[in-house]
Amino acid sequence: MSSVFFMLTMGLYFVSTVCYLAYLLRRAETLSKVSLGITAVGFATHTVALVARMTDTAQVQLPTFHEALSFFSWMLILVFLAVEFRRQLHVLGSFIVPLALMSLVTAAAFRSDEASSLQPVFKTLWVHVTLSMLGTVGFAVAFVAGVMYLIQDGLLKSKRFNVLYAKLPALDYLDHLNQQSIVMGFPLLTLGIISGAFSAEIVRGTYVNWNPEQTWAMVTWGFYFAVLVGRLTIGWRAKRAAYLTIIGFAGVILTLIGVVLKSHGSVS
Amino acid sequence: MQVIVVGLSHKTAPVEIREKLAVPESRLREALSRLCSYPGVREGLLLSTCNRVEVYAVVEELESGYGRVQEFLADTHLSLSAEHLTPHLYWHAGDRAIGHLFRVASSLDSMIVGESQILGQIKDAFEVALTHKASGLLLNKIVKKAISVAKRVRTETKIAETAVSVSYAAVELAKKIFSNLTEKTVLLIGAGEMAKLAARHLIANGVRQVRITTRNFQHGLELAQRFNGTAVPFEDYKSELAEADIVLVSTGASHYLVTADDVQRAMRQRMSRPMFLIDISVPRNIDPAVRPIDDAFLFDIDDLHMRVEQNREDRLREAAKAEQMVVEEVAVLGQWLQSLEVTPTIVALRSRTEELKRREVDKILARLAHLSSEDRAAVEALASAIVNKMVHGTMVTLKAEAKSSSGAAYVDAARRFFNLEETPAGYPPGQADFSELPDENIAGNGIGRLPEASLVQHTSKEQGRRVR
Repeated sequence: MSSVFFMLTMGLYFVSTVCYLAYLLRRAETLSKVSLGITAVGFATHTVALVARMTDTAQVQLPTFHEALSFFSWMLILVFLAVEFRRQLHVLGSFIVPLALMSLVTAAAFRSDEASSLQPVFKTLWVHVTLSMLGTVGFAVAFVAGVMYLIQDGLLKSKRFNVLYAKLPALDYLDHLNQQSIVMGFPLLTLGIISGAFSAEIVRGTYVNWNPEQTWAMVTWGFYFAVLVGRLTIGWRAKRAAYLTIIGFAGVILTLIGVVLKSHGSVS
Repeated sequence: MQVIVVGLSHKTAPVEIREKLAVPESRLREALSRLCSYPGVREGLLLSTCNRVEVYAVVEELESGYGRVQEFLADTHLSLSAEHLTPHLYWHAGDRAIGHLFRVASSLDSMIVGESQILGQIKDAFEVALTHKASGLLLNKIVKKAISVAKRVRTETKIAETAVSVSYAAVELAKKIFSNLTEKTVLLIGAGEMAKLAARHLIANGVRQVRITTRNFQHGLELAQRFNGTAVPFEDYKSELAEADIVLVSTGASHYLVTADDVQRAMRQRMSRPMFLIDISVPRNIDPAVRPIDDAFLFDIDDLHMRVEQNREDRLREAAKAEQMVVEEVAVLGQWLQSLEVTPTIVALRSRTEELKRREVDKILARLAHLSSEDRAAVEALASAIVNKMVHGTMVTLKAEAKSSSGAAYVDAARRFFNLEETPAGYPPGQADFSELPDENIAGNGIGRLPEASLVQHTSKEQGRRVR
């Protein structure tokens, strides 16, 4: 049942992505309502798919890369729906829904019912994966806000007052969204890394063994730490913050790729 | 009976003519009563703004009505004669007059398409006409509809969403940089008219901190008082830059007052908080080399003009949608107006009563099969006589009042009492209570019955009983 709903969700997010991208270029406001409706239905089917999967694999008790990405995508849409509900920021959908779709498609590629890329450990692994993914959601939103910031900044600087200009919100709101997302994401990632270290200690007896993916995670963490401190102390905001969060998110993606590609198969 | 409009606007008449015709508010009442005193003018409404003077009237006859209203207009100012006016006037009647009012109310005919003032002016004019009882059933309905059409246009199109003045374009741009203007500080360097206007718009949009600097400090103090801000000595304006989120420059200086270095320094102090610079001066007072500086957004007068021009195009695009709405709404109102004609109403009333009588007579005769053909004819004659007498008064009144000022109201009432067709939009159908009526009376009578209709049926039912 889970896979049926999963595929259904993917289909819905695909249609919604197409609608949201069309919305970027068109004046039609109804398009955003249609897209939002499809996304909401997709979110519902996704929730069903996730719950079904959890109950299916209850006896296995291990998080797979597929589940991590699927959960990431689900959280991302949840955050989007919350922001949309509070601020009616339709254009955010044009950026977040495609991202959620991409993560879902990647998740689909790693879907398997027996062998998993993450080896079984203990329940701490669930905590580690959940927290890390929540942190990643924060960085993803910061990334999206950064991209939107740079686009709007570019449009204002070049004085191209087009449809996109009209739809994107004020620069300082985007900067604020960027900051909020990192402020929320960073502690979650920190906890994620700590819980990962505990898992590693239980499995291997060492907290850290500096494999490439662990190293990347630490580099990413340090980077976001610097971004956060820089913002709060020496004014790394606005355009600079937008660039930094985009680079940071690229680091996150690399870490995730590292998790998948690592040959030794151990966790964190 | 005809609805007409005679008038002139910025499109047809120069300001020299418009200002002569314009009726000040204090004299509106007198003008309206003069208008309504012309023979053949049943209802009147006078719309007088700086861009248009229009008379909406309900007249008995089209040609003479036009003449009367034109006469009225020519009489408003001593130096105007009918010949003078004629080339500037437009005349519309019926649907076209109504469509014209709808377009005016929706600001489709305004100098700046989409501006919102005109709707308020129409409401005021209507208010005056109402209090002086110059408008009646027809104009009331039409003007109310015009107001609702204007609101529909406003909500369903984006005709009024964008800035169409340079000073307002500055506010619109500011809102794309700062989501909330309340916490922002504006620095006004120089006090050109447009800059003052822009500052006023910014204050209206929430800006609380205004700093003003002019070469003449006294003048700066006066302005500061007017804007509820603080005056800054002209020598100090550079040090104020870092504190300002929005910088509005318009002086008569022939060199750059704000250089790239100044802005760079200010941005460092601001720790890259964005800064919005507007240069409304010609020659320019802010060095264009400021443009590439990160997080500083400089717009000059041409940029603002370009924005306004774009918005104007957007508005015209939206106006096309609005025109379509006007056509739809005129059609709806046209149906209602048509229903107010006397002759078709009388015809409809006749066929309605005839139909009711026929049905009841057939029903009773079917039960009284033993009657001779003479008796049957008598029954039928009786039914006809009663029905005819019942509606006779109504028909006579309708005919008699057809030419009076309340003719339309009578027609409207008759149509509703006798349920002559579906009620026109805006009139809720009466609450019918059929609980006391026998089922047979309801069956086969169609939907949308009104109490009036069932009253008629009651009568024929009684009739049948007595005959038996």
